[in-house]
Parts: sequence; structure tokens; C-alpha cells
Amino acid sequence: MSGLAQVAGDPGVSRAAPAPESTKRSRTAYLLLLPGALWLGVFFVLPLVQLASVSLQSRYPGFPGYYYRDVNVENYVSALTDYAPHFARSFLYAGLATLLAFVVAYPLAYAMAFKAGRWRNLMMICVIAPFFTSFILRTFAWSQILADEGWVARTLDVLHLLPGGHIINTPVAVVAGLTYNFLPFMVLPIYASLERADPRVIEAGGDLYANGFTTFRTVTLPMSMPGVLAGTLLTFIPAAGDFVNMELLGPQRGKMVGNVINDQFLAIPGGYPVAAALSFTLMAAILAMVFLYVRRFGTEELV
Amino acid sequence: MATVTTPRTTPPATGASSPGYRPSLAKRVQLWLAKHFAMLSAILVLLYLFLPVAYTFAFSFNDHGKTNIVWQGFTWEHWQDPCGVAGACESLVTSLQVGAISTLVATVLGTLMALAMVRYRYRGKAASNVLIFVPMATPEIVMGAALLTIFVQGFSNIGIHLGFGTIVFSHIMFCLSFVVVTVKARIQSLDPRIEEAAQDLYAGPVQTFWKVTFPLILPGILGAAMLAFSLSFDDFIITNFVSGNENTFPKFVYVASRRGIPAEANVIGFSMFVLAVLLVIGAQVVGSARSSRSRGRSRSE
Repeated sequence: MSGLAQVAGDPGVSRAAPAPESTKRSRTAYLLLLPGALWLGVFFVLPLVQLASVSLQSRYPGFPGYYYRDVNVENYVSALTDYAPHFARSFLYAGLATLLAFVVAYPLAYAMAFKAGRWRNLMMICVIAPFFTSFILRTFAWSQILADEGWVARTLDVLHLLPGGHIINTPVAVVAGLTYNFLPFMVLPIYASLERADPRVIEAGGDLYANGFTTFRTVTLPMSMPGVLAGTLLTFIPAAGDFVNMELLGPQRGKMVGNVINDQFLAIPGGYPVAAALSFTLMAAILAMVFLYVRRFGTEELV
Repeated sequence: MATVTTPRTTPPATGASSPGYRPSLAKRVQLWLAKHFAMLSAILVLLYLFLPVAYTFAFSFNDHGKTNIVWQGFTWEHWQDPCGVAGACESLVTSLQVGAISTLVATVLGTLMALAMVRYRYRGKAASNVLIFVPMATPEIVMGAALLTIFVQGFSNIGIHLGFGTIVFSHIMFCLSFVVVTVKARIQSLDPRIEEAAQDLYAGPVQTFWKVTFPLILPGILGAAMLAFSLSFDDFIITNFVSGNENTFPKFVYVASRRGIPAEANVIGFSMFVLAVLLVIGAQVVGSARSSRSRGRSRSE
């Protein structure tokens, strides 16, 4: 009996497939991959190549909206110097929003995984459901809730907790909006990794005389690390590239890099090359951060 | 030092071990809070998530004039004729069409890719992993910008112009990775020996797939399709770049937000929310009924 199980479970047996079989199988694999890979090639890789070439183009002087092929590094210099404050704001606000989202999301994910019992599915639906009201409608709702005449601002004002007198049209409102909008992306991966954890391991931490916080820091948090990693990435990346929260909740001056890219492409004639350089710099910065972050805290396979 | 010695000498500590001891009210409240801390904060967070939805719902009844910002009285008017505002329902129909087509194509292509990536060994697996991962790690604004440049400067030469088609092409692209990841997770959780058993019972590869593999990964595929639809339906940033003159619902709302969103948009937004929640709950009920039925069947056999 145990011998049979050993044979069945032995990975060496299934791996030792005859050679012609394995080439046939890999041909099937390529056929399965081909349509999707082609789609990503044409509508992801190719556009990025085009964007790279645009980021090096120059304008025809006197003809806004017309460009010629060039290797104009000036666009990148402009992106990195003129728009350095915009990059700094994007990463700062996105970083703060990610941190806040983590603090808010963790208790919810924890409660869903260990305390919810039969309410678990209902709570899951509650986390996803707000998604189905358009996020622009919800962000607009926040702009009304946080408005000067709204109850949040008035209550804080009465309590003398509002030094500037406003929440709306300040960076605080932008960070609040970013935190809100990407919160489910933080909750779901943390929940998924906590759900896989064995609650008895956490109990064991308590049995070994660790207090609540020590148990959390040395047992619970490390077990949920893959989820925390995925959640912070899924929150930070869209937040850093966002411009809608800034547009609807933020101040007139002191925009984020997303606003600049959007305006240069869609509102200002002749803005393509610098906007493309900005886009590429943003993407490179984010990919570099993701790479370092995953190397530092990472799991073997992210996808 | 003091903290170590005091519990031994003070009466409450010794009393705590005796069965008749009842802690003070403050202490009991504190214990109750400590016990239910996670659940209480979870409920607060859920309320926070729903606050703007509730606001959207409330202001769908606002008897507003030019802008729907200050509460001006109750009316059913907007619920009686949600299409009363020019462009609102047209944009909704466009969004539903885009969502349906993008979901269908992305789910089929993504499922095929996920099957290849889990079940087969092939050269270039690392490259295919990167190809799936990088679109998810790219900010939407960069994808939107890149798509705009290729559509305007490249594909317009072969007769593809900004509009419905370019929206669908782009949505399929960004939904694809999420479908692959979701379906992959489902396939990975399956025991490959089930399929091997089917082949041992002389089922061919096609038969094995449709009779064994497909039904087992179907929940994952449906979940992926739901995710794809919600991503597509709510997308604004990429759509804004590639839509030209075509209006989707999020774009309609965004453009309207500069002047004040009409309450009809609140009606449509909230109705979609209710529909989606009912659909999800319905799917859950059907799913649990089916799983309990099949459990019952296997028990009776």
C-alpha cells in the first residue's frame, strides 16, 4: 500500500516522459499561449515601443502637434528636472495612501479570515460590492462629503482640529481618496494569505506567552507576508499613476505626475514627447521599485 | 520592578483566580473590546467603504436644480426616467457592450494561457510569466498613453481610428493578465492525478479536458470573468486615452463632474451596484446548493 503511494507520488516517474511526447506537449503549450501572447504583443509591447520612440521625438518648430523622429534626450532631462516635484508628490501621496490602506485593511482581512465564521462570504461581498458603483461617482461623493459645508469639515472645525480650515482641495483629501479607492486591492490579497494560515499556529504563539502584539509581529504578520506584498504593490502602483483623485479632490496647484501626463497628451497640443518621456520614467521608476521590493521581502513567484 | 511585585500583593490578582470573582464594569468593557477588536474595526472599515455608495444613493433622490451638490428636497423624478439626461443611457449601453465583448475574449484567451502555463513544460516559461506580470505592474496612465501613441501614429494608417474598437482592444489587453492569474490559481489548486486517472480510464485529451478539467476549473473561470467585467466596466483612465468621441459610463460621469453630476447618473450607478450584489449573492447561493447536492450524492453512493 505504502509502496504504491510512493510510486504514485514520486515526481521522478511522471517527469521521465519519453522525448517525442514532451515535444508534442510543448507544441500544444505554444498553441495555447499564442493568441493571448499575440494580443499582449500587439496591444502592450508594441505600444510601449512606440511610446519609447515618441519619447525621443522632437517637435516641428511652429507646428504644434507635429513631430519628427529623433534621439532627443532633452525630453527626459525636462521630465526629470521640470517635473521632479510632481514625481515626488506622486510617490509621497501613493506611499502614504499605501501605508494607510495597510493599517485600515489588515484588521478587516484578519476579521474575515479568523473571526467572521459564517459571515465570511457576506463580508467578502461587502468588500467587492462598492466597486460596482463607478469609482468616479464614489470619488465625487467624497468631494461632497469632505466639502467645507459637509459634516466632516464642520465637525473637525468645531473641534479645532482643522488648522487650514479645509479638507477638500488639499493633499490630505487626495491621500484620503487614494486610500479609499484602492483599499479592496489591499484587503483581498491579505485575506487570501491569512485564510491559508493555520489559526492554531497563532494560538500557539499566545500559549508560548507572547502578548498580542508580539504574536502579531512574530507569527501572524510573517504568515501573511505574501499577501501584504501583493496588496502594497496593487495599491501603490495604481495610486502613483492616478490623476482622478487629484483632479476631483486636490488643490489647483501642486499636481501629481499623472495629471501632467494626462494634460500633456489630451489637452496641450505638442505635448506628446515630454509626456511620453514622463510616462516612461514613471514606469521605469515603478518597475525598479517593484523589483527591489520583491527582492527584499519577496516570494519566489509573484504571479 | 514595581510591576513585577504588585500583582502578587494586590487583592484583585489573587481574586481573579477564585471562581466567584467578577471584574469591574470598565474592566469587562475593556476585555470585550479586546476580544472583538478585529470584528469591530472590520465593521467600521466596511461602513467606511459603503459611505460614498450611501451618499450616491441618497443624492439620487435630490430635487436638484443645475448642480446636484446641496440637498434641496426629495423627488422620485430621477428614478422614473434615468435616461432623461442626454448621453447617460447611451454611455451605459456602450460600457455594457465593451464589458461583455472584452470579458468574453479576455476570459477565453486568458484561460488558454493559464492552462499552458500550469499544465505544460515549455521553453520560455519565464518570459511568459514576465509578459503576464508586467502589464499588471504598469500604471494605467502609461498603458493609456502608449496605446494612444500607437493608435494615432501607427494603427490609424491601417484604418483603425479611436472609438469603440480601440476601447475593446485595450480592455481585452489589461483584463487578460488578471484572468490568467485568477485561472492559474484555480488550476494550481487541482490535483493533477485526477486528470491522470481520467487518461488511465482511456479518456482522450479532448474528452479529459471537457469532462474532467473544465468543470473543475469553471468556478475559477467564472470568477475571472467577473473580475474582467468589473475592471472593464469601471475603467476610466485607459478609456479616456483611447475612446476618441465614444462615451463610456465612467467617462460620461467624469465629464459631467466638472459641471455637477446629474442625479440620473447616481440612479444608474446605484442600480448597477444593486444588480451586481444580487448577481454575486445569487451565484453564491447556487454554488453552495450545488456543492451540498454533490456532497449528498457522493455520500449516498
